[in-house]
Amino acid sequence: MPRVLLIEDDPSVREGVELGLRRRGHDVRTAPTGEAGLAALGEFRPDLLLLDLMLPGMNGVQVCRRVRESSQLPIIMLTARGDDFDVVVGLEAGADDYIVKPARTEVIEARIRAVLRRIEEPGAGRSAVEFHGELAIDRAGLTVAKAGERVALAPSELKLLLHLTAAPEQVFSRQQLLEHVWEHSYHGDARLVDACVRRLRNKIEDTPGDPRYIQTLRGFGYRFGPL
Amino acid sequence: MSPEPGTEPGTDQQTPRRRRRARAPRPRPFGLRTRLVLAFLLVAAVGCGTTAALTYRAARNAILEQTQDTAVSALRDQVDPLNISLPVNPTDLHEVVLNIAGRGKPRPWRVYAEYGTVRVSSTDRPTSSVITPELRARAQARSATPHGSFQRVVKNGTPYLTVAIPAVFRTHHAEGTAQPTGLVFYAVMELDEEEANIEAMVTAARDGALPALAVALIPALIASRGVLRPVRELRHAAHSMGRGRLDTRIHAKGSDELADLARTFNESAAELERSVAELRNAEARARRFASDVSHELRTPLAGMLAVTEVLDEDAGSLDSDTARAVRLISAETGKLAVLVEDLMEISRFDARAAELHTDEVDAADCVRKTLQHRYWTDPAQVVPYLEEGIRARLDPRRFDVVVANLVGNALRHGAAPVTVRLYAEGDELVTEVADRGPGIHPDVLPHVFDRFYKADRARTRSAGSGLGLAITLENVRLHGGTVRAANHPAGGAVFTVRMPL
Repeated sequence: MPRVLLIEDDPSVREGVELGLRRRGHDVRTAPTGEAGLAALGEFRPDLLLLDLMLPGMNGVQVCRRVRESSQLPIIMLTARGDDFDVVVGLEAGADDYIVKPARTEVIEARIRAVLRRIEEPGAGRSAVEFHGELAIDRAGLTVAKAGERVALAPSELKLLLHLTAAPEQVFSRQQLLEHVWEHSYHGDARLVDACVRRLRNKIEDTPGDPRYIQTLRGFGYRFGPL
Repeated sequence: MSPEPGTEPGTDQQTPRRRRRARAPRPRPFGLRTRLVLAFLLVAAVGCGTTAALTYRAARNAILEQTQDTAVSALRDQVDPLNISLPVNPTDLHEVVLNIAGRGKPRPWRVYAEYGTVRVSSTDRPTSSVITPELRARAQARSATPHGSFQRVVKNGTPYLTVAIPAVFRTHHAEGTAQPTGLVFYAVMELDEEEANIEAMVTAARDGALPALAVALIPALIASRGVLRPVRELRHAAHSMGRGRLDTRIHAKGSDELADLARTFNESAAELERSVAELRNAEARARRFASDVSHELRTPLAGMLAVTEVLDEDAGSLDSDTARAVRLISAETGKLAVLVEDLMEISRFDARAAELHTDEVDAADCVRKTLQHRYWTDPAQVVPYLEEGIRARLDPRRFDVVVANLVGNALRHGAAPVTVRLYAEGDELVTEVADRGPGIHPDVLPHVFDRFYKADRARTRSAGSGLGLAITLENVRLHGGTVRAANHPAGGAVFTVRMPL
């Protein structure tokens, strides 16, 4: 069962979410502050990080950035502020998804499962390593390299890239991408897609302002190539 | 010695009739400035004209009277001392006439004498065509005064003065009554010199009036500027206040009515600004409060909601009272969470923090997903009639909320089956949600989109938060569309959403 680290300063939320997830079979560790959470990371080795945005001391965005520097750990923001600004800031920092509080345990669990789910391969039967320009994508090993150098991608970024490269030059609407990559079973937030595309471009494009790999089609969505 | 006022047939043609009338019904949008200047000029013209006319009349009368008096008395002086023996001898009379003709005053005259059928004149014609029968009749009448009478006549454009003096017998009685002899002397004198003088006066009056009018234009322009500048300022200020710049003030100086007006405007503007600021503050406080409350409610709710499933699952193994209590807590927590979510959403709309993230989507697809994801797939419950292939620019998340709220509302308050119709009409996307329920009471109809408005007063809490339709309205508005509630003639409520494509 997945190991989840929950960083949350409010004791009732911490306990409530821990109780709920534990009942559903998750191995949960909690930390009341960002610093404590970072310390617990190395020792607990979680599969996923549930991160409150507003924390005393080091806040959620800072924690998220710190984790992203060295790891591809899936991160879900848990936020009491559903306002656009907070969501976007959290997503830009590298989170894979966000949950607005209050949320039922089943919702939290569904999001965790969606983020953790192994990337299905839409283009089965292809060779394990594909080359797109300078990008080398290993579908079996789930790694991406650019010009021979490995690129560290968050799970949502990797899923998005794999989905787009499975059908090069095909245009996907944000709704389609939300459903395939984030598996949201409702009308999710298109900003998830936009933020993820932005982060992905920063990592794989030569000049993120003039994208070569992931191109925008105004009013329609995104596509990979043509290179 | 005042002569009888003369009659002047066919005279005084100086003022040609004014043909120019106000070209009526077409209204012209004269500006205030034009009207002010015109009024000024009109006043100046009336002033100049009246003065000139009065002066002219007085001067003309003076000139003519003097001429007349001189002429009458001169002729009488000539006639009076004559000793006329009757019956007259035409030769002697011709002598006399020629004698008188040589002493015309103030101007040379032609003299005519008439006695019965005898006609004698100082000219080569025996009678003058200028002398009117009227003057003759007056001179020969029994009651004619010995002082004589006169008349001004215009003939062939030349003005003449005609004077008639009857010759009388001198009686030496004390009363001095004179007996007319029947002999009448007439003198005819051209008045063209007087006329030229009068003409010159008219020209002078006109020449004086025109510069006066031109000069009047200057104060007219200055005055209109003085009036119009504050008016223009006032207009600009009112305009800018209308556009929301409530700190607009006018520069008010002086103590005239316009300055008073400006001050009044400034005071009103200040008062308005103050009230609006107060209102805005109050509104902002209210919004912040709602937002803060919802925000503070979220954290405890987050903990509670996370464990409701635990409660629900374990309720079965508890004793019945405790189980009921636990289920109640669980259900109410869920409702509270929905309410808080809706409150947050409403306060975002109020604070204008709600943003539209539009995407080009397939409208029918959107509605279908909304229904699917809420498990409204039973045709006995919800029947969709969706026009395929409409691509619309809208915020899928908000459109989902709109459709879900309307369908949910119809299922909750109306009766199944609920029909969802989607079609394009002109450049609008129309979404119609109808139910088979009893419809909405006419008293309630105007309030269905009000917050927390409860159609059924007895039922203090409905299943929803009471904010669903208000949120629907806000979401539709954010798309630049409209939503309308009505009752279908065949029964049931119909909600129609129109959004620009």
